[in-house]
Amino acid sequence: MYPEQFEYSRPASLNEAVHLLADHSTKPLAGGQSLIPLLKLRLASVSHLIDVGRLPELHGVRHAGGKLRVGAATTYAELLDQPAAKVCPILQECIRDIADTQVRNRGTVGGSLAHNDPAADLPPVALALGGELVISSVAGSRTIPIEDFFLGPFVTAMEPGELLTDLVLNVPVHGAGTAYSKLRDQASGYPIVGVASVLRVEGKRISGARIAITGVGNGTYRATLAEESLQNALVSDTAIERAAGLALEGRQVAWDARLPSDYHACMVRLFVRRSVAEAVARAQTC
Amino acid sequence: MVHLIRVMVNGELREVEVEGRRLLVQLIRDDLGLTGTHIGCDTTQCGACTVLLDGQAVKSCTVLAVQADGSAITTVEGLSGPTELSLLQQAFLAEDALQCGYCTPGMLMTATGLLRRIPLPSDREVRYALAGNVCRCTGYGSILAAVRRAAECGSLAAANTPSASTESQTTPIADRND
Repeated sequence: MYPEQFEYSRPASLNEAVHLLADHSTKPLAGGQSLIPLLKLRLASVSHLIDVGRLPELHGVRHAGGKLRVGAATTYAELLDQPAAKVCPILQECIRDIADTQVRNRGTVGGSLAHNDPAADLPPVALALGGELVISSVAGSRTIPIEDFFLGPFVTAMEPGELLTDLVLNVPVHGAGTAYSKLRDQASGYPIVGVASVLRVEGKRISGARIAITGVGNGTYRATLAEESLQNALVSDTAIERAAGLALEGRQVAWDARLPSDYHACMVRLFVRRSVAEAVARAQTC
Repeated sequence: MVHLIRVMVNGELREVEVEGRRLLVQLIRDDLGLTGTHIGCDTTQCGACTVLLDGQAVKSCTVLAVQADGSAITTVEGLSGPTELSLLQQAFLAEDALQCGYCTPGMLMTATGLLRRIPLPSDREVRYALAGNVCRCTGYGSILAAVRRAAECGSLAAANTPSASTESQTTPIADRND
């Protein structure tokens, strides 16, 4: 399959990249594991690709001051190899199960967030951890809280001409447990549902829970009703079951022949239960 | 717009003019004539087109040729020496790990990438590494056995080419001229 014709530039620095991206007919390319298939299928078209995949400014993982800073063009494989990333075990737990070896060798963490596929694995993990995203343009750089970044399927808070440069994730505090639980579509590797949980247990009570879900409706969202129901709740199967029942928040799950909506809804409840129960168990053993 | 790119393919420096939209697999097969790399699904799923790009297994149907500018590429043709197959290829023969052979180049390249990283992988690690390579006839049992045999036969020797030009194949071209 041939993509439509486009121009290609590989800038040597971040500064050069944002100047090229100031022309709004351009689009950034990093690992290309989502964008290139879309171009080949002609579901997307672009007149000028700016390849930021090798920019040294966009690579690397650093842990400091309770934050994990990850360069946007860091590949999944690089992140799995980084000892610094172990402070957020949920990141590696999620990434290990994304796609396959070859895709993890090319695909980038920033690419996943900026593309915002409604069934991507990484957005719910970023949302559950919380933090901010650093974005650059010719006007300089700005930060967006992760909570404000994902606006809908394939839509984010970034403006034309902007480039995601860094993820700054909150490292879970001591005593927190995290888990990413995913029902994997065996053909595509994408989650039918994926649930990221970050929560803390003090004594026998849950103090603070963040739960984010992917694969449902318009994409990644925080299950705030479920989070609230767990706040100060005694750890119990009943509390977890109640939270799972609240996770859809009235969202409609789309019906398709492969995935009847009642089954999909049932799987959302099941995987919220699994994710929360696992995070609780991990919080209690740390 | 045409780009002049320089790639080190199986240890040999090649300069090729490509359009921006040209895929790496088209560069390899059509421009360089290395048809050992197969196109299966052309949608990033089957793994038949896997090659090593700077030592890492990638699906060459989902990389632009221009993205490989300045890189080292190893294809299945680069695994064997002038007279003998690599240990991994010999192990595929010994274990009957191919039937129609269509997926085999991709299997060999992903497994070579694995053995360079983990010389003696567990069965679980082999299965995990090969999850992006689909076989529709042989079945995976004999492929798994072949990778295990190659690893046991001498993990380093299996991952390296007999021609000893591995270094130039996995190292990006240092002084890119663009």
